[in-house]
Amino acid sequence: MNDFTEYTTGEPVVDAKAPKGPVAERWDTRRFEAKLVNPANRRKHTVIVVGTGLAGGSAGATLAEQGYHVVQFCYQDSPRRAHSIAAQGGINAAKNYRNDGDSVHRLFYDTVKGGDFRARESNVHRLAQISVNIIDQCVAQGVPFAREYGGLLDTRSFGGVQVSRTFYARGQTGQQLLLGAYQALSKEIAAGNVEMHPRTEMLDVIVVDGRARGIVARDLITGKIDTYFADAVVLASGGYGNVFYLSTNAMNSNATAVWRAHRRGAYFANPCFTQIHPTCIPRTGDHQSKLTLMSESLRNDGRIWVPKAKGDKRPANEIPEDERDYYLERIYPSFGNLVPRDIASRAAKNVCDEGRGVGPGGQGVYLDFADAIRRMGRGAVEEKYGNLFDMYERITAENPYEVPMRIYPAVHYTMGGLWVDYDLQTTVPGLFAIGEANFSDHGANRLGASALMQGLADGYFVLPSTINDYLARNPHKDEVDAEHPAVREVLAETEDRLNLLLAVDGDRTPDSFHRELGELMWEFCGMARTDSGLRKALERIPQIREEFWRRIKVPGSGEEFNQSLEKANRIVDYLELAELMCLDALHRAESCGGHFREESQTPDGEAERRDEEFSYAAAWEFSGTGTAPVLHKEDLVFEYVHPTQRSYA
Amino acid sequence: MKLTLRVWRQKNADAEGAMSTYEVDGISSDMSFLEMLDTLNEELIVKGEEPVAFDHDCREGICGACSLVINGDAHGPERTTTCQLHMRSFDDGDTIDIEPWRAAAFPVIKDLVVDRSAFDRIIQSGGYISAPTGAAPEAHATPVPKPDADFAFEHAECIGCGACVAACPNGSAMLFTSAKVNHLNVLPQGAPERETRVLDMVAQMDSEGFGGCTLTGECATACPKGIPLPSIAAMNKEWLRAARKGRR
Repeated sequence: MNDFTEYTTGEPVVDAKAPKGPVAERWDTRRFEAKLVNPANRRKHTVIVVGTGLAGGSAGATLAEQGYHVVQFCYQDSPRRAHSIAAQGGINAAKNYRNDGDSVHRLFYDTVKGGDFRARESNVHRLAQISVNIIDQCVAQGVPFAREYGGLLDTRSFGGVQVSRTFYARGQTGQQLLLGAYQALSKEIAAGNVEMHPRTEMLDVIVVDGRARGIVARDLITGKIDTYFADAVVLASGGYGNVFYLSTNAMNSNATAVWRAHRRGAYFANPCFTQIHPTCIPRTGDHQSKLTLMSESLRNDGRIWVPKAKGDKRPANEIPEDERDYYLERIYPSFGNLVPRDIASRAAKNVCDEGRGVGPGGQGVYLDFADAIRRMGRGAVEEKYGNLFDMYERITAENPYEVPMRIYPAVHYTMGGLWVDYDLQTTVPGLFAIGEANFSDHGANRLGASALMQGLADGYFVLPSTINDYLARNPHKDEVDAEHPAVREVLAETEDRLNLLLAVDGDRTPDSFHRELGELMWEFCGMARTDSGLRKALERIPQIREEFWRRIKVPGSGEEFNQSLEKANRIVDYLELAELMCLDALHRAESCGGHFREESQTPDGEAERRDEEFSYAAAWEFSGTGTAPVLHKEDLVFEYVHPTQRSYA
Repeated sequence: MKLTLRVWRQKNADAEGAMSTYEVDGISSDMSFLEMLDTLNEELIVKGEEPVAFDHDCREGICGACSLVINGDAHGPERTTTCQLHMRSFDDGDTIDIEPWRAAAFPVIKDLVVDRSAFDRIIQSGGYISAPTGAAPEAHATPVPKPDADFAFEHAECIGCGACVAACPNGSAMLFTSAKVNHLNVLPQGAPERETRVLDMVAQMDSEGFGGCTLTGECATACPKGIPLPSIAAMNKEWLRAARKGRR
């Protein structure tokens, strides 16, 4: 038995900032109640923003427009490369341009239900309200959304919903939205309102007298570690899917910013809520370095199937229609291929576990466009999905216009993240988390095209309103003293950690540890989790950690561009975060959304929630590496969308 | 497959660089080019040597980070990004030359990593539409004809990788700059800043030390996103129009 599992339960955590009253009025209420900072005083306030994705880029630009002095960081060589850029499918907004019965309330309802009743109603409603402003904002910036011949915006439908509310720019919606935010940020950089530090990675948060007052960051070119001070710190550093080694995240996406914040006192909420995306290109072998997503929008027109017979090795086009099992259409007739991601992923795993998977190792299912090409014509399919088909062909050397695509689920997004209140502030005063870095809006499962919506809602609209309140209540007084013991301590700790990594001089590469951890997490904390499996992982992780610190090999020095050092330092944090993910998954003995516990399922194999026991967000407090953390529960109250067993049949 | 790699190694911006030769074995044709380099790097680390530094991130062909000249071609033999190039494009026993982008405006940082911040400064000089958050009108207030929207999108696809500059014998950034000018200038939302945008962006481009355009066309051939060569002509037209109007 492992001490780490002996966690204690502390005081409940309460979201003190969410206003009461009708859900549709809460955001207005909060904006009115929030204190403002006099425009003339704003330039005296410095705000640090870490990350330049949809959330960070939009927040940096907007805060600068408001008059704040923004100091912004990204590890990439340019703010334009943050991984939001890879989002393909689209962005949801309750515009109801199709007149198909959509509304703010329906988007709110769909998102709470899609999240399997583990998200806050107040937050989700605000998100749905703001969604319409985001589209206006992005169009004004020149984002080239798909348009109809009449010149108006086109939309399409996405998993888990029955209206057409997803705005898109071919298969590159994330790219176009990110470039919009990047361009807005660039304007502010040129105007001197944003001080941009590319190729600079945040390594820790500086907390002085109980308030976040800055960060420690390393210049990735020179290796110089420096301190940066501010009146508030905003983390927009993305999710932690790379704990699994293989995921659809960018190679360098990492959890260091959020994990270091957690170590400094920020609670980490629902770490086990990870999204496994159903439509990714299957892996080809051990050399695989990352997985590539094929947009979920493909499920609009593609049909998913496997052979009815086990071990059927015939090529797809030799399997006659009546020997194919279109299993999503069979099991979920009303949503068919458009069921939410968690359900589609698990169904794919089930048919593969039955021995009916296709492709190398039987780890794949078909996504077939033959019907769509017959119905719409090849030209129309090309217009809609051309770049995705090209990408598929480039990676697999198979032509999806002629043979069905092969897909398999892969880690894609993390719904968990730093616990934040309605103002998006963590439990450390002055430390905010936005976008995928926080836990707030998606509950246990995120609907397609909602990540872009949340990132931009947080960055353009929510944070710029709520951070005012914090800054107004904590007026800028003194500069932080670089000689303050708290500052010297965090700087010294960071330097020691990097020096130690370089000093071990063992015999194993950073990647070899990352891969080992990832395989363990995929097996025991992936698509299906069990009590015994999670306990195995919890036993193994400290052993890997111990071995890591004994055998890691990092060539070169800390005073130069050193990608091995960057990697190794990120793995240090994965090795701790993974343990918390497993503990959270172990303690939540129910299935909900992306978290499927085999012990908790309905007779027909669907996830079974246990609301009486688990209708709460689990916010964990750090108590030391390998030391049992403290659990703080935030009770979830549903006044508008009443929890039911999710049904997509 | 077994391959011989000749790789540009350069300790830092100030150091002299040189080609070093490495052998790699057991390479699968399903590997991406960068996974092949990962394999080399894993071996180098275990041997106690410094791995080859190269920029990469999304490995999906969209972030624009990867940037290798392979056998003399920016992004290698296929029309794609380096990360989307697969080893099936090579044969067992091949010798492959791997170099960084080579352009005066893109100085080497280490090995195959270069500094492309000049591109960011070009965007900062005018590659945006001024639309402060909150000031936007209703999205459907301004319809955009589909051909214009499609034209904007085709140019907005640029990923800022710099292959156009690396491929150009003059090290010109005309294709990159024109892609952004054309994306924004065709849209009604971009019209108010149409002239200043093209004049300022071209001026910034010139000041960064990029070469002039002699319409060689290597840029459009190397571009992984297919930004068309006429993009440059369209920008020149925009520039002349703006210069005539004297709007600075």
